[in-house]
Amino acid sequence: MAMKAADIEKFIKEAFPDAQVEIRDLAGDENHYAATVKSAAFKGKSRVAQHQMVYAALKGNMGGVLHALQLNTGALD
Amino acid sequence: MSDVQTRIAGDVSANDVLLFMKGTPVFPQCGFSAMAVQILNHVGVKFKAIDVLSDPEIREGIKTFSNWPTIPQLYVKGEFVGGADIMREMFEGGELKPFLAEKGVAVEDA
Repeated sequence: MAMKAADIEKFIKEAFPDAQVEIRDLAGDENHYAATVKSAAFKGKSRVAQHQMVYAALKGNMGGVLHALQLNTGALD
Repeated sequence: MSDVQTRIAGDVSANDVLLFMKGTPVFPQCGFSAMAVQILNHVGVKFKAIDVLSDPEIREGIKTFSNWPTIPQLYVKGEFVGGADIMREMFEGGELKPFLAEKGVAVEDA
């Protein structure tokens, strides 16, 4: 199973409308991605909390349809 | 709590540094788990590893326990630290060793 980069971005933008999202398909197999997500919503949150917020935005697809998503999150002012 | 959640809670509190991983430290079965082991070895910390592939209940249960969808997962002194990305960020930023020291976990001087 796989997921399109555009779908991942859509889920993230729905949850964080201000987010700057950059997604790379690491292996070209639509299954191993790296994403950089920056949003004001992450301000003051721990890394674990930031990643959990992104996983929540993906609505259960992470770990299921989507096998691997390397995450790099950061807060926007 | 279900039985498996109780088991996980017991493991987490019984081990100062606990890594839930796929495979074993000697034979990791996934690149992300392999990286997590490498990082812990590199900072010279003793850790206990639990192979989720050998226990389907733990494999599913840990995801609920931590509210985290993927393996590996690192616990230090009962606190969920993060998965492979967070471990790598902390390691590369030079934060991991001070974090462990602050938690009172012995690390070897490399």
